[in-house]
Amino acid sequence: MSEILLEVKNFNVTMDGSPVLSGLNFSVEEGEFLTILGPNGSGKTVLTKALLGLMPYEGELRWHMKPRIGYLPQGLNQMSVRDLPLTVKDFFALKKLNPREISKCLSDVGLAGNVLSKRAGYLSGGEFQRMLVAWVLAPHPNVLFLDEPTTAIDVAGGETIYSLLRDIWREQKLTILNVTHDLNIVFAHSTHVLCLSRFGHRCYGVPKEVLTPDMLNEIYGATVNFYTH
Amino acid sequence: MTYQLVLSLVSGVFIAGSAAYLGTLMLSRKMAVVAGPLGHLALPGAALALVYGFSLSLGAFPFVVVGILLIWLLEIRTKLQMEALTAIVFATGVGIAFLFLPIDKAEAALIGDISKVGFYETLAATILGAAVFVVVNRCYSQIMLVSIHEDVARTEGLNVKFYNLVYLLAIAIIVALGVDLVGGLMTAALVAIPAAAARNVSRTLAQYGLTSGAFGISSAIVGILTSAVTRFPAGPLVILASAVIFAITIPMSKV
Repeated sequence: MSEILLEVKNFNVTMDGSPVLSGLNFSVEEGEFLTILGPNGSGKTVLTKALLGLMPYEGELRWHMKPRIGYLPQGLNQMSVRDLPLTVKDFFALKKLNPREISKCLSDVGLAGNVLSKRAGYLSGGEFQRMLVAWVLAPHPNVLFLDEPTTAIDVAGGETIYSLLRDIWREQKLTILNVTHDLNIVFAHSTHVLCLSRFGHRCYGVPKEVLTPDMLNEIYGATVNFYTH
Repeated sequence: MTYQLVLSLVSGVFIAGSAAYLGTLMLSRKMAVVAGPLGHLALPGAALALVYGFSLSLGAFPFVVVGILLIWLLEIRTKLQMEALTAIVFATGVGIAFLFLPIDKAEAALIGDISKVGFYETLAATILGAAVFVVVNRCYSQIMLVSIHEDVARTEGLNVKFYNLVYLLAIAIIVALGVDLVGGLMTAALVAIPAAAARNVSRTLAQYGLTSGAFGISSAIVGILTSAVTRFPAGPLVILASAVIFAITIPMSKV
């Protein structure tokens, strides 16, 4: 049985005087692929940022061992580097990684070594996203926080990225906390789901057990039809 | 070549070179224009320097540093964009300047006067310009990562407030030095134009920094030498030289 990695108790986050998250309790085990699911405005990104210590919170947040965190935020996309004369090699050098590490990480995500000399802003959307995954994995994190990692690419590209993440998660025994509003991702890739809604409804557990039609209706506030195979 | 011309060239090369190198970071943070308002902020100090007869940079420096610290503190407190805060602080600086800037002597404050720079001012420009280059070079990756995504930089363990302060202080020093070279009106051009020209011709970050520095230095040399021959003021000629370099690089743009 896996060890508890992260415990969150009575967790509250307030923005502009209004509660965004209140009384949240959950724990994450080592090796879990946890998806934080919910509609827009339910506080998924806020929770991620608070867990990373990027915004203030009240309540208990306890890491049972020191995590080495990798973070892929929603706002980090090709537009962030488009205007810069920045090659893929330069982009990795920002983290002061050695060239051998970089080549290995790129090959892990299926990118050839010659991509190093290309400008990061001019890779294809899919290549750029793979490069970001390699960039996040390069310093050998044991916990990955991913916030909507496939929003900038098409459905097929997104599925490729998730398949890749799932393989890496298995091979490297990572713990992943992944934010999405896409139900397909939860059923296809996650071991656990934490769902949030704007109306305070919550659930936590194994997706097929907790994501019942009634629960989905409560979270999304509308009838949601989803078929699992 | 006269002793005075050598002093002007040495000062100009160190100021313009380090300003252009720093400019690559400012351009990537969409802050190149900020050096303009900060140059205006130097005007009250430049006015005092003119009234009491001491170095323009020396007069400008405390005003720019106080302005930069105000912007840094207001950014933490209000989370307003640095551009907006700079506009607020610079307008205040210009207001103060025009209360007691002697208009008949204003030319040096507005467009600079590197042709009369003294030995100690040259020494200060050399030491401070080199110091800014070394500090910016050592913090380049970190400041670039903060520019690309602040939250990622924080999760990587970088002290973002510290790097923002280092970056802003480097800007303060460059702007104060730049007042001597091109005056309070045109300091933005010292950081923006060489960096923009370098961006047109660079593929990598290393090329970007190196080329920008080289363009800045070339502009200073061409501008100061042309001034010595034509007797037009050096400040505008330095800026025009860098504008010509920029124009030449347009067809080579990598975009």
